Amino acid sequence: MAEERHIFSVFVENRFGVLARVSGLFSGRGYNIDSLNVGETDDPQISHMTIVTHGDAQIIEQIYKHLNKLIDVIKVTDLTTENHVERELVLIKVHAEPQKRGEILQIVEIFRGRTVDVNPTTLTIEVTGDEGKLRAAIDMLRPYGIRDLVRTGKIATMRGGVR
Amino acid sequence: MATTSGANILIESLKHAGVEYIFGVNGGAAMPIFDALYDAEGISLIPMRHEQGAAHAADGYARATGKVGVTLATSGPGATNLVTGIATAFMDSIPMVAITGQVYTHLIGNDAFQESDVIGVTRPVCKHSYLIKSSDEVADVVASAMHIASTGRPGPVVIDFAKDAQIHESLFHYPEQVNIRSYKPKVDGHPRQIAKAVELIHNAERPMLYAGGGVVLSNGCEELRELAIKTGIPITVTLMGLGAFPETHPLSMQMPGMHGSCCANYAFTDSDLVIAVGARFDDRVTGNLDKFAPNAKKIHIDIDASCISKNVPVDVPIVGDAKRVLAEMNKLVHRVEIEPWMRQIDEWKEKYPFEYQQKGDKVMPQYVIEQIYDIYPDATIVADVGQHQMWAAQHFKYTEPRQFINSGGLGTMGFSLPAAIGAQFGCPDKTIININGDGSYIMTIQELIPAITYKLPLKIFIINNMYLGMVRQWQELFHNKRYAAVDYHDNPDFALLAQAFGATGLRVERVEDVRPALEKAKGVDDGPVVIDFIVDEEENVFPMVPAGAGLGDVIRGLA
Ligand SMILES: Cc1ncc(C[n+]2csc(CCOP(=O)(O)OP(=O)(O)O)c2C)c(N)n1
Ligand SMILES: [Mg+2]
Repeated sequence: MAEERHIFSVFVENRFGVLARVSGLFSGRGYNIDSLNVGETDDPQISHMTIVTHGDAQIIEQIYKHLNKLIDVIKVTDLTTENHVERELVLIKVHAEPQKRGEILQIVEIFRGRTVDVNPTTLTIEVTGDEGKLRAAIDMLRPYGIRDLVRTGKIATMRGGVR
Repeated sequence: MATTSGANILIESLKHAGVEYIFGVNGGAAMPIFDALYDAEGISLIPMRHEQGAAHAADGYARATGKVGVTLATSGPGATNLVTGIATAFMDSIPMVAITGQVYTHLIGNDAFQESDVIGVTRPVCKHSYLIKSSDEVADVVASAMHIASTGRPGPVVIDFAKDAQIHESLFHYPEQVNIRSYKPKVDGHPRQIAKAVELIHNAERPMLYAGGGVVLSNGCEELRELAIKTGIPITVTLMGLGAFPETHPLSMQMPGMHGSCCANYAFTDSDLVIAVGARFDDRVTGNLDKFAPNAKKIHIDIDASCISKNVPVDVPIVGDAKRVLAEMNKLVHRVEIEPWMRQIDEWKEKYPFEYQQKGDKVMPQYVIEQIYDIYPDATIVADVGQHQMWAAQHFKYTEPRQFINSGGLGTMGFSLPAAIGAQFGCPDKTIININGDGSYIMTIQELIPAITYKLPLKIFIINNMYLGMVRQWQELFHNKRYAAVDYHDNPDFALLAQAFGATGLRVERVEDVRPALEKAKGVDDGPVVIDFIVDEEENVFPMVPAGAGLGDVIRGLA
């Protein structure tokens, strides 16, 4: 069966041990987590997780069902099959000699990024977007020498309506 | 209202939830709880000799009664000793609450004396878990734990209880009802799915029912019987469900799978419709999945959606409680016309019953089981793990749910003696027979002590082949008879050992002594009786579907 990438939106009780239960569900079955992001929702008792994973249809179905089975999980949506918005933020610390700085700042401009830190030899740049945009931005900056790169992992939500 | 300690609140809460017995072993971090139990009324602590035994006793109690079994241990080694028992209950979906003492909250995470991360250690082998850090939480946690353990797909829930929270005082208030917003098991099957299933049933030519432990757990055996009898569809019941449908009934094909009946296995292979109820297409049942029921459409009724289409693609999934779904189906079904199929089934049954060959004057293990059935047909059988377990499943005819108790999913050696103790506490008026193996018995033999202390009239029958027989069988068949680490001839004399413990102990070495010994055991009712049946050492369990083979390729025996 063909492997597919899926994005799950998971609302959970904001409680001790929930993250371990969710990640244990994957590790215990040999499934992969490509990225996982957790944060509080507007209701401090509820957290939201965005989990990006991949697998064949059967594995994805099992992941969905097992997430639902966890006692602390309130709601699971497979966003891949829904109209949704996804974003990720990356911080890139790039090597920037004074004479290259102008070029780099132009690239940042094109990707609507921001410079969040500067020192004599590096610039730290923040870029937000979907996967394609982040990849393009990183590819453009790589020739200058990337010193450090940190990403949040995807966050995603359904378009329109209320949950 | 006066405040009381967290430990007292725990005990009061358990009493509110209807708990009669707690099986446990004492230790530092649980001392306030044991202290609270010391003079508690309406609830009794049964001290076991090892935490694994305590967990299995709670489990056996749950399996025999359908109620939640409760076990209690201290932190660290007490808790880790419980783990096998928790995992055993988890694999068979047994409602259980396991309570562990934990070190003081300010010491948690400090590598404190006898600290272990119980929530972490048990996470993959329990349904849910709670850490209690304040006496204010106790009643709510107990109510939730009892609710979660016993509803939906049942399973063990762990409560890890910090010692300071056991000591601190709070007001006791047991919640009237439990409402967990993220936990609402779906019990009613979808009517459209049920209608689809009924249509398939009415149009099938070679239908079969395949029922498992889930039917027993949902107390749906009446409904299952009605469905089979009303439609006239033949039925196979798994190891975990034995007794859900009477094996004495003409529609019964007995147990399927690796050591199941040829009839049930051939039926799967030829069937055009498999109706699975509370069974999970376990690999020990299906054999090679590519060859499993290749021509059959599948209906699968299960309370756990994640069980459906996990191993085998299903045509009509029905998520719901087996009892309720079956009751709905029974309103819609009628008798099906399947005479040619039934003729085929009857022919297989006739030709390939569970059988064995008598070897000289040896005591054949199957013969012992047959005689047990003959003398104690209504007894509850608690079997351990190995060849004797399979013979107990094959050669005793189960007619009532909960009549056969065993560790089917995890296959935990040592399960049966403590589980039999729990079953006897739960069902004081029933005859409880523990069919044990010489290897399995020794793993939890220490639990003979509480059985004696409480004068439990357990019948402990050891099928002693002086080997880890099931492993030896595989070595004989697949490892050129290289009998590595399975020879148990150095075991002690179990009859004498029983006497040394203070129980009645008998040794049977000759065929003619089998029945008299079994009869004699009937008369022992002031404590356990152990009979060591010295049986043929190298008898094998057949039929057998070798690992990787399809059910149709079952080996009927070594001719
Ligand atoms: C705790 C545990 N360890 C090992 C095994 C593997 N195992 C399965 S059956 C078996 C042999 C059991 O021997 P015995 O109790 O004498 O039963 P027999 O097969 O001889 O009837 C073993 C070692 C197991 N199931 N459980
Ligand atoms: Mg043996």
